Amino acid sequence: MKDDLRIGVFVCDCGLNIAGSVDTEAVKDYAATLPDVAVAVRNKYTCSDPGQAEIRRAIVEHNLNRVVIASCSPRLHEPTFRACVQQVGLNPYLLEMANIREHCSWVTLHDRKAATRKAQDIVRVAVARAHWLYPQDEEQLPVTDAALVIGGGVAGIQAALDLADAGHQVYLVEKQPSIGGIMAMLDKTYPTMDCSI
Amino acid sequence: MMDAGRHPNIELLAYSEVEDVSGYVGNFRVRVRKKARYVDEKECTACGECVKVCPIVRPDEFQQGLSTRRAIYIPFPQAVPSAYVVDIEACLGDNPIACGKCIEVCDKKCIDFDMQDEIVELNVGAIIVATGMDVYDPTALDEYGYTRFENVITSLEFERLISAGGPTGGHFVRLTDGQTPQRIGFVQCVGSRTSNPARGNPYCSNICCMNTIKDSLLLKDHYPDTDITVFYMDIRAFGKGFEDLFMRSKAAGVRYVRGLPGEVVEDPQTRNLRVFVENTTAGRIEEYELDMLVLSIGAIPRGDSELVKQLLTLSRTPEGFFMEAHPKLKPVDATTKGVFLAGCAESPKDVKDSVTQASAAAARAEVLLSRSKIQVEAITAVVDEAKCRQCGRCAEVCPYSAIKWEKKQVAQVITAACAGCGTCAAECPFDAIEMRHFSDQAIFAQIDAALERDPLSTIVTFACNWCSYAGADTAGTGRMEYPPNARIIRTMCSGRVAADFVWYAFRQGAPVVLVSGCHYADCHYINANRNTVRRVDALWEGLEKHGLRPERLQLEWCSAAEGQRWAQIMRAVEELRAHVTAEEVARTMEVLREAKVPVSSQVWKLKEPTPALLRCMRCGHEWREDYSAEKARNEERMCAACRSSSVRVLI
Ligand SMILES: Cc1cc2nc3c(=O)[nH]c(=O)nc-3n(C[C@H](O)[C@H](O)[C@H](O)COP(=O)(O)OP(=O)(O)OC[C@H]3O[C@@H](n4cnc5c(N)ncnc54)[C@H](O)[C@@H]3O)c2cc1C
Ligand code: SF4
Ligand code: SF4
Ligand code: SF4
Ligand code: SF4
Repeated sequence: MKDDLRIGVFVCDCGLNIAGSVDTEAVKDYAATLPDVAVAVRNKYTCSDPGQAEIRRAIVEHNLNRVVIASCSPRLHEPTFRACVQQVGLNPYLLEMANIREHCSWVTLHDRKAATRKAQDIVRVAVARAHWLYPQDEEQLPVTDAALVIGGGVAGIQAALDLADAGHQVYLVEKQPSIGGIMAMLDKTYPTMDCSI
Repeated sequence: MMDAGRHPNIELLAYSEVEDVSGYVGNFRVRVRKKARYVDEKECTACGECVKVCPIVRPDEFQQGLSTRRAIYIPFPQAVPSAYVVDIEACLGDNPIACGKCIEVCDKKCIDFDMQDEIVELNVGAIIVATGMDVYDPTALDEYGYTRFENVITSLEFERLISAGGPTGGHFVRLTDGQTPQRIGFVQCVGSRTSNPARGNPYCSNICCMNTIKDSLLLKDHYPDTDITVFYMDIRAFGKGFEDLFMRSKAAGVRYVRGLPGEVVEDPQTRNLRVFVENTTAGRIEEYELDMLVLSIGAIPRGDSELVKQLLTLSRTPEGFFMEAHPKLKPVDATTKGVFLAGCAESPKDVKDSVTQASAAAARAEVLLSRSKIQVEAITAVVDEAKCRQCGRCAEVCPYSAIKWEKKQVAQVITAACAGCGTCAAECPFDAIEMRHFSDQAIFAQIDAALERDPLSTIVTFACNWCSYAGADTAGTGRMEYPPNARIIRTMCSGRVAADFVWYAFRQGAPVVLVSGCHYADCHYINANRNTVRRVDALWEGLEKHGLRPERLQLEWCSAAEGQRWAQIMRAVEELRAHVTAEEVARTMEVLREAKVPVSSQVWKLKEPTPALLRCMRCGHEWREDYSAEKARNEERMCAACRSSSVRVLI
């Protein structure tokens, strides 16, 4: 698996959000020295349309089979970049993100040297991980278009009616000989003070 | 109710119970036992002729035992399905010598004593659990005299007494003399909000304050001269329109006394009740003479919820209600994929909230049902059959029961049920489980890379996707500065962090290792992070055994919102790291080169509460506590002095 790895690293400035406290040029240069990195690029805004176009172009041009994006948290943009690499035929699971914004530039605001060093380390860890990423297929499972509702109190009745009205088959299972639950025992109910059944 | 009974898309299976559930999200197979009613549900016209001849008399459950029913009965007039049922335990039998009277009088010939329980097999894609609640039984609170005095009743009995369909036809009377009571008291929080387990539950039952306010207004409506006193701790009228009802009740002359009765005695002649209470607003003991006392009983989890829990591998809160997948972000998803919660099964709530939650649960189920196929993120576990030695550890730790295993059988992951936490992979003693996308090789490579440059100043940090990694994101968003030495390795769950990873990091020269994840209550994989604690406990014991300082391994819980806490943790671990010398690291690498990874912890073997010393691995604060494995599982440890989660138990 490890032969023929061609990793592309894309380092984001995020305007000044990252570049303000991290020397992104130095991070890019460092990334280029890491094992199996075929190309390292610096972008102003990697998630913007031009940024994404640049990634796609580099994947095609350099025949990349792993992509590391050093920018913000994967919790924010992993879906964005997965979709981006997929557009040019790269399996989305071959993408790795290096969080050099939330975990670095934004918490190391006054020590450019330390921040830059940390960003380089984060990229190195991400590139190391990229070596061990494999294409993955998301399994597709069929869905039976029917629902079971257990309990025929007011909650079960409402859920059953909503689903049935939406056109789904519903099985409503009630332990007692009648549905209704506790509400059937109530005379009037607050806040409307009206009859409950 | 009627709508549900006649909707073309709803098949109503009343008098039925779910017996077995197999399969997984999108594809459940369910076996339901439809109990024999002995009356043909479709044919019965609910004429009631049978009841007139049935000789057997039983307390009527629907009327809270305040009146009686026969062995053949309909639960209440508006019942759905609208059909009679035979209480076969009570019935004398259809043998003409024994009885069989009902069969004779039934024109439609729908009574059939040969009827058998029916087994129904269903295939469904989604399941909604709406099993509701039970009410608190006030017998244990003897000072209120519920079992001793007939004029002390519960709020549910009150409902039946005031209902037009109730045992007294809506005439609100005392059971002892048939007179309309003039002076009525209500006692709030009966079985709720107490720290004494013998007296009920610690939580607020949510509905009883408003229910009493409602009852007081109903009484004032029907019998304006009634003198009403409510004994309470706090009145909780927080909902829309609730405060207004409370004000109306007060304006109608209802007396609200802050304080719960200490004693109730009955006058044997009049059967009136004398109630003694400390009025905490006035600061004096007061005495009230009442004709009737209503106990506002709390809501409790259903006594039979264990079966449903097991069938669907659900979790329950310590109180016993079903637990949602996430208290804020997935409030109606159950912890099992494809299962949703609605109504009081999840927590005590009123009708409006039950209906709201039911609609939400239906919408969540719709999201699933309206697709012909669902996609599973490719982060699930895969068993290497050649390596599996059939030990079953993985199946034991999987919070979702997503691993099928039987003695002498290779473990099998049900991919659709697997949530991808990685706990099984971390647990397997034979490295037979690989996580797709979060592989062992990748994580080892990340540890190596983290320690490649200047290891002595590097803190190898494991963070879980949902909480601590997100907490670190929050620290970033809030620009909370902290020392730059941690190198984070993200996993989905801290349960993915195998003891080997930590051991390996130390062996490769890490001065400090931090394992972090969600607080107990926030764990996104039900309770997978309990395994993290067990492993860290074992590692602490192992490090110490090898003469290494256990505090170099830190464990911290940090939620997604706790950016400040993350920054604090970072400062604390950096301080610790600054005191680790190159010699100490060199010695560690030497010692651990041959040492076996410690996997079992003494703490997790404690069956009974045992005296233990608890020590904070961050600040050194110590205290004593009785400790057991159960406590380790249920209670999150936290240092009272510095709030660190790195608390070690020494026995
Ligand atoms: C005294 C009292 C007064 C109240 N007054 C008010 C009021 O005035 N206004 C208001 O809004 N709310 C009021 N409430 C609250 C209201 O009753 C609840 O909000 C409502 O009944 C909850 O509905 P549910 O469907 O969740 O549960 P339930 O009503 O408990 O219904 C659950 C149903 O599920 C069935 N079931 C349980 N387990 C199984 C199983 N394993 N298999 C099949 N079926 C099962 C039960 O038989 C039952 O029919 C009051 C409650 C009480 C106790
Ligand atoms: S056969 Fe059973 S249900 Fe029928 S009348 Fe006799 S006792 Fe009642
Ligand atoms: S709703 Fe009121 S009576 Fe019920 S437990 Fe809460 S505070 Fe007590
Ligand atoms: S990854 Fe988690 S959910 Fe999946 S099989 Fe393993 S322990 Fe169970
Ligand atoms: S823990 Fe490992 S060896 Fe044991 S049954 Fe599971 S996969 Fe097999």
